[in-house]
Amino acid sequence: MTEVTPRRWATMPRDLDTAPAGIARRSFLGYVVAGTTLVAAADLGLGAPDAAASAPGVPQPAELYDLNDMLTEAAMPTANLITVTVHEDGTASFALPRMEVGQGITTSTAMLIAEELELPVEKVRVTLADARPELLFNQLTGGSNTTISTYTPIRVAAAVAKSALLEAAAIQLGDAVETLRAKAGVISAPGGARLSYGELARAAARRTPRAVQVQLKDPSAFRVVGVGRPRVDARDAVTGRKKYATDMQVKGALPTMVCRAPTLNGTPKRLRNRKRILAMPGVRNVAVVDTGVAVRARTFGQCIDAIRAMKVDWEDGPVAGLSDADIVDELRAAELPLPALTDSLSDLLADNPLAQTVEVDTLFYFRSNSAMDTNSAIADVRPGRATIWAGLKSPITAQERIAQELGMSVDAVTVHVVQAGGSFGRRLFFDGALEAAKISQAMGKPVKLMWHRADDARVGRGHPMATSRVRAVHAGGQVLAFQQTHTSVETDFRHGLGEVITATAASLPTGLGNLGFSETVFELTQEVPYDFGVISQTLTETDDRFNTGSMRNIYSPDVRAAGELTVDELAAAMGQDPYEFRRANLRNARVVAVLDAVAKAGRWGRAMPHGTAQGIAIHKEYKGCSACLVEIDNRPRQTGRDIRDGVGGPRVTKVVFAIDVGLVVNPRGLEAQMQGGINDGIALALTSSMHLRDGHFLEASWDNYFYTRQWNTPPEVEVIVMPSESGQPGGAGEAGVAATFAAVACAYARATGATPAYFPVNHRDPLEFKPKPYVPPVPQSPTNGLKLTY
Amino acid sequence: MPRQTFVLNGKTVTLNVHDDVRVLWVLRDLLGVTGPKYGCGINVCKACTSHVNGRAFNPCSVRVGDLKKTDEVTTIEGLADTVAGDLHPMQQAWLDRDVAQCGYCQPGQIMAAVALVRKVRRERRSITDADLDGIRNICRCGTYTRIREAIEQGARRM
Repeated sequence: MTEVTPRRWATMPRDLDTAPAGIARRSFLGYVVAGTTLVAAADLGLGAPDAAASAPGVPQPAELYDLNDMLTEAAMPTANLITVTVHEDGTASFALPRMEVGQGITTSTAMLIAEELELPVEKVRVTLADARPELLFNQLTGGSNTTISTYTPIRVAAAVAKSALLEAAAIQLGDAVETLRAKAGVISAPGGARLSYGELARAAARRTPRAVQVQLKDPSAFRVVGVGRPRVDARDAVTGRKKYATDMQVKGALPTMVCRAPTLNGTPKRLRNRKRILAMPGVRNVAVVDTGVAVRARTFGQCIDAIRAMKVDWEDGPVAGLSDADIVDELRAAELPLPALTDSLSDLLADNPLAQTVEVDTLFYFRSNSAMDTNSAIADVRPGRATIWAGLKSPITAQERIAQELGMSVDAVTVHVVQAGGSFGRRLFFDGALEAAKISQAMGKPVKLMWHRADDARVGRGHPMATSRVRAVHAGGQVLAFQQTHTSVETDFRHGLGEVITATAASLPTGLGNLGFSETVFELTQEVPYDFGVISQTLTETDDRFNTGSMRNIYSPDVRAAGELTVDELAAAMGQDPYEFRRANLRNARVVAVLDAVAKAGRWGRAMPHGTAQGIAIHKEYKGCSACLVEIDNRPRQTGRDIRDGVGGPRVTKVVFAIDVGLVVNPRGLEAQMQGGINDGIALALTSSMHLRDGHFLEASWDNYFYTRQWNTPPEVEVIVMPSESGQPGGAGEAGVAATFAAVACAYARATGATPAYFPVNHRDPLEFKPKPYVPPVPQSPTNGLKLTY
Repeated sequence: MPRQTFVLNGKTVTLNVHDDVRVLWVLRDLLGVTGPKYGCGINVCKACTSHVNGRAFNPCSVRVGDLKKTDEVTTIEGLADTVAGDLHPMQQAWLDRDVAQCGYCQPGQIMAAVALVRKVRRERRSITDADLDGIRNICRCGTYTRIREAIEQGARRM
C-alpha cells in the first residue's frame, strides 16, 4: 500500500493546547446528560452540510446535494440522543446506532472518541445499539454514510465529556480549567497533581442535564484520526471469539431452517407428511409459515435431513416459468426512448458531416449479494412480548414491522443488533428476523433460524437485472452531449430511511412509493464528472417480483461501467488516448488528481503483449472520488484454466486504485475497503451472476455462484490513499466498486477489441456447474471429508 | 443414541448423538464450539476448515460416527495451544496485516493457511503463487490480498 501522508498530519502539533491560536474555530453545543456517571451528548443544531459546489457548466443534482447530504440531514435532529459515557474504571463506552458488517465503523468510531476525549483507543468500547425508535432516521446503515453523518455529533459528545471531566478536576485540584491538561485518560495540573478519568467519572456526572459549549480539535491537532490502526475486533476474529447471530446461545433457541418452494417466492399449501417429519431424529417442531415449512431440531444437520424428507404442496411463485430472456425482453419493452437532442444539436448532426454519435447499450444480469453469514436471526416470541437478535442495518423498521406482524405494540418487541458476517446491502432488509419471529410465534418456542446457503443464494436479495444505454454526440474534438438512460428491474427500497414512516411510503401499492425512492437515490448518486455539454441521466424501473435491494454501490457500478465504456469509445472515435482524453475533459481537480495518480503508479500506456491490456476509469460519489487502472490477461493460458467447482476466465493481473475520500479517519481500514471493492468490481465484470431459468435461479452455492476467488484475484494490488486538505470525511464502504468494474470492463474491451454487450462477460457461456435440484431445496452434506484432508 | 468420543482441542469429549450428524453440527450446536463457521454445508466454501490429526478437514463433510476415539480435532479455538505463546504465528500474521473485515471466514482461512504451510513443508518446498491461487476458502469481503500477505509472513515464523 502506498500511504500518502498529508503534510498537515506530518507536522501536527503534539499537544492539543499548542494548537495555533487565533484560528477561528466553530463552537458546538452539547449536553452533560443526567446520570450517576458522566454521560455526554451532542446537540441537534449542527447546521446543514456545505452542499454548494462550484462546478463549471450546468451541475447535475448530485453535485449540489447528494444522497449523503440527505441521509446526514435526516440524522441531524436526533444527534443529541447519541451519548458517550465515561465509567469509573476509566473507560468510555458508546452504543453506536449503526451496524458493523465488516466495514470498520466500530474501529473508526472508537478512534473519533479517543481523539476528542484524549483517551487511548483501547479504552473506548463501541457496541451496537439496540433498535431505538426515538432515533427516527438516525439508525440506518447505508449509503456509506456512517462516518459522514456521525463524524461531528460523536466528536461533540466526546468533547463535552472531556470538558465536564476538566471542570470536575478543576474543582478537586483547585486549579483553573485552562491550566489543566487532559491526555491519555489523565488530567494533570501544572503542579504535577493528577486525576484519572475513572476517578472523575462520578464527580463529573450531573443530576440534571446541562448545556455546554465546546470547540472541537482542529484536524491539524489530530494524532489518532488519520493514523492507520487495525480493527478493534481483529483479535476476536482470529481466535474464533467473535460472535455472529448463529453463534449466540439463547436458552431454548434450537436450530431452525425452512423448506422453500421450487419456484422463486412460491408459497406452501400443505405439508403432507408432518407425522413422519416429527418422528425424525432430533426434530422437535414443524410449522407452516408464509415463506415455507419451518423445522426446529436439535442440530441444523437434522433440520436439513427433515427438509429433504418433506413432502410439500406448493403454490407457484410469481415468476414461474420465466427465464433470463423473458426478463431481458421485459426490460427492453420498458426502456424509454433516449431524450430528444436539442434542436441545435439535431441540426448540427444533420448539417455537419463531422458530427458523430457514439452509442453503447449494455445489459447487466442479476447478481447476488449473499454474504458468508447467511440470513439468520434468533427470535423468542412469547405471549405479549418478543426479543430478536440479528444483524440489522435498519433495526427500527425491523422492530416496527415485526411488531405489526406479531400483532404487538412496538415497545413489546426488543431488537438487539448483532455484528454480521458481511452485508453488501443485504442487511438493509430483515428477511431472516421477520421470518424467525413468525416461526417462533407459530411454534411457541424460541428459534435460532439460519438460512441454508441454497436459500440465501436463490431466494436472498440481489442486484436487479438492468440495461444502460448511452448516446454521446461529438464534433470537432469536443463532446457536445452525453445521455444515459438506465432501465432496471425494481430495486427494493422498502426499508425506507430506517423507520416505518418512510418504509410505509416506499411500500405504497402499485410500486409508485418505491419508485419515488429509486428515482431519488438515482438522482442523488449519479453524476457524470466530465465536461460533455448537455448531460442527462435517467432511471426507469419495472417489475417488483424479484428479491432485490441496494447491493453494494447500488446503481453506480453498472451506470459507471456503461459510461466509461462510452468514454473509451469517444476517445477512440476522436483518435485520443483514453487517459489523456479523460484528463482533458474532467471538470473536477480532485478526480484529475486520482486519475493522474493511477496513471503514474500503474505506468499507463506501457507496452503490453497481444491479448492483454490496460483499462482506466474514474468514479465520483460519497463526497470522494476514485480512479482505477487495471491490467487484464485474456490469453488462452488464463482463459483455458480448468478449475474444479469454479471459473478461471480472463485474469486481472494488476490493480492500481487511488481514493480521495477527503479527511481520512483510518487509512488502513480505508485501504481494506478498497481492496474488497476491487474484488467486487472484478466479480461484476467477469464472473458473478445469477441465471434465471424456468422460474427460479440456478445458483445455489459457492460452487455455482462465482464470486472472485484466490484464482481470480489480482496478484498485484496497490491502493493509493490521497492526501486531502478537506475537513470532511467521505464514505468508504462502497467506494471501491464502480471504478474497478468500469476499469476491468474497459480493459476487457481493449484486450478483445470489442465493447461487451453484457456483464458479466461469461454469463452466456455454457454452465460451469450442474444445477442443484429444487426439490428438495437444500443439498445433503457430503460424508467423504476424511478422504480430502491435506 | 450412540455414544461418540473424540479429542477436541486437547481434551477428550463424549456425547450422545446419531452417527450421521456431521461434525460441524456436533461442534457448533451441541458443544458450543462456534469458531468453525457454516457457509455452505457441502464443503465448497471452506469456512468451517479445522484440523484432524494436524491436517485440514471440513467438519461439514464428516459424520461424527466416522471419527475414532483417538482422532484429534483442532478448531481455531485450539490452534494457539499447539504452539508456545498466546497466538499461533499465523494468527499473529493475520493481526499484523489486519486481514479480517467481517471476520466470518477468517477462522477457516487461518486453519487452511496453517495446513497449507505444513503441507508444502512436508513436500520440502516453500509456498508459491500457484499454492495461493489454489486456496479454496472464499471471502465475500474480498480480503484476498491481505490473506496472501499474511500467509507469507506466517509461514516465515512457523
